[in-house]
Amino acid sequence: MNLLIRGGRVIDPCSGVDAVLDVLVQDGKVARIGERLDAEGVTVLHAAGKVVAPGFIDMHCHLRDPGQEYKEDLISGTRAAARGGFTAVCCMPNTHPVNDNAAVTRYIIEKAQTQGSGVHVYPVGAVSKGREGREMAEIGRMKQAGIVAVSDDGRPVTHANLLRLAMQYADHFGVFIMSHSEDVDLVGDGVMHEGFISTQLGLPGITRAAEEVMIARDILVAEAEGKRIHLCHVSTRGGVQLVREAKARGVRVTAETAPHYIAATDEWVLGYDSNCRVNPPLREEADRQACIAGLMDGTLDAIATDHAPHHQDEKRVEFHLAKSGISGFETAFCVSHTALVRAGHMTLGGLIEKMSTAPARLLGVPGGTLSVGAPADIVVLDPDREVTVDASRFISRGHNTPFDGKTYFGAVCATIVGGRIIDQA
Amino acid sequence: MKRKDLLGLHGVSREEITEILDAALTMRQVLRSGNKKTAHLQGKSIVTLFYENSTRTRMSFELASKYMSAAAANIAASASSVSKGETLIDTGVTLDQMGTDVIIIRHPMSGAPALLARHVRASVINAGDGMNEHPTQALLDMLTMREHLGALTGIKVAICGDVMHSRVARSNIYGLTAMGASVVLCAPPTLIPVHIERLGCTVAPTIEDACEGADVVMGLRIQRERQQKGLFPSVAEYCDNWEITPQRVALAKKDALVMHPGPMNRGVEIASSVADSAQSVIAQQVESGVAVRMALLYMLTRKEVQA
Ligand SMILES: [Zn+2]
Repeated sequence: MNLLIRGGRVIDPCSGVDAVLDVLVQDGKVARIGERLDAEGVTVLHAAGKVVAPGFIDMHCHLRDPGQEYKEDLISGTRAAARGGFTAVCCMPNTHPVNDNAAVTRYIIEKAQTQGSGVHVYPVGAVSKGREGREMAEIGRMKQAGIVAVSDDGRPVTHANLLRLAMQYADHFGVFIMSHSEDVDLVGDGVMHEGFISTQLGLPGITRAAEEVMIARDILVAEAEGKRIHLCHVSTRGGVQLVREAKARGVRVTAETAPHYIAATDEWVLGYDSNCRVNPPLREEADRQACIAGLMDGTLDAIATDHAPHHQDEKRVEFHLAKSGISGFETAFCVSHTALVRAGHMTLGGLIEKMSTAPARLLGVPGGTLSVGAPADIVVLDPDREVTVDASRFISRGHNTPFDGKTYFGAVCATIVGGRIIDQA
Repeated sequence: MKRKDLLGLHGVSREEITEILDAALTMRQVLRSGNKKTAHLQGKSIVTLFYENSTRTRMSFELASKYMSAAAANIAASASSVSKGETLIDTGVTLDQMGTDVIIIRHPMSGAPALLARHVRASVINAGDGMNEHPTQALLDMLTMREHLGALTGIKVAICGDVMHSRVARSNIYGLTAMGASVVLCAPPTLIPVHIERLGCTVAPTIEDACEGADVVMGLRIQRERQQKGLFPSVAEYCDNWEITPQRVALAKKDALVMHPGPMNRGVEIASSVADSAQSVIAQQVESGVAVRMALLYMLTRKEVQA
């Protein structure tokens, strides 16, 4: 099917294009980019005043399928992703059963392909069987079935030697580890960031060291092995600095942060709003600034949502009992755009690089560019449109968000996968 | 009183605290008279909803309700029912439907009373939530101090013991600083929460420093579990460094008050000889507790009549 996206400002960090142009899509691929392209016989999508960019790619989300479909499934999850401007997402393996074998991997891919919104789903397999941190999972077979990385996300790989062995083993199959860096012992019974706010609220705190100790360990093991490591959801100033120093001395480390770490702080927990419970926890202003600085100087490669939908019953309880996580697909762009671009820290092209180009490169998946011949995975944005978040209208089954009712700038107008419009606002 | 609930003393003004303490003074006259019965809460129903055992606080609220002719009921939910039983919101809605005017809640998790208050019509009084607040305890402490010291402005209150896990400490810090008193804390560093000084108090390096020139020396319970969790090595070493002893109390002002919210661990955070000394007002705190709770119940329900 052929499509002409007419008159938008095309921003493609990969090829360096930033100009008002037409994009012609043929056979699911970007066929031509230029001025005043011939629209004969093709569907036209008018994009004047809008931005046309490579579709967002989310390195880190939870689609809850199989096993917790009451929170989200591959249908609602991929539809919510499309609404958020994502054309591909990586789903973490903490499903029930765990995605620690090829059968579960195939189930996810097949269900996403046959029943999903069209968004590409790239599963992340478990590092260890059952995510129990003891025996390695069948990484080779899962790779063959379609995983792009391995992680025990939700939990750290507690035993350093398992991490070391998994790094060596996974590398053989061209798979890298995405580490949920958290020292469980240091977390203790903590439920929010440890600081003045936790003291004021009387909530048990989580020290930054819980994250930083593991980031340091992960970096050192990767450095010793000469292997690659990707750090998930970096949230502290010290964590960003550890990554910066490691990159400077040539360690093969990459890292992501999430929209909530660059837009919200622990002060949001005042009032005990359980929608602010997330792991790692919302940190302080200095950490928020450090994450922004890390994105600006390239220390943090990507923004990933850590989309973690929960049922409202799991949030309408005492803060201690509430599940951790934020439903993030549908707010990722407006929140990040407001915190980074509108606030003057980076250009829109810079943000597109963090949400699309860099994730494609890190994952080794198609997309992340609008160069001729690339898959026509495209997002059309209206960056200046004011949007007020209304969680009750989320497509995701998880309405858990601390951003509900808040106003941001940046709307997703259309999401196109393989030349097909899969979501249009 | 303009508020619907009393969830804590954070943000409560000096005027409002004074109003409550003045009303409590009147209630104490009632308690000290021969006939402990008033009609202040006639036709009101009051429920104590306790997810933690506390005979002392629950009885205090229950007697306060009964002395003022309210219909009082008690729900003793076990700590395990917090996670396994009916949700807090559902329980609150049920109590609302039964026509409850005031729900008094004790809960092991900070913020639970705030969650309840958001979902019920009834007034909510926090009778202690997790490590957050225990406002009626601080009010009764202040009532006791005011009786003995006259005013709270300018006095020095030393609070020694498990500050980290203490809701009593937080409520007293908020209340006393609002009243113009200075609060000095002392505990092992592992039992002092981060940045607590930003609440308006100071942290003394030693218990001697804390007690020096104090008008009040208040102990906080040290639970044995804290030692097992590795927060300090032994009771003996705790006592060496932080126990409230006669020698340490001697550093305070001559007639300084000794207080403790109870239950005490004698020989741990406070020596028996101090707890039982002439300076100790620990027993009187209990009487103040009933008076403060009578005052609060009256003020919260009266507001409703006016509305
Ligand atoms: Zn994680």
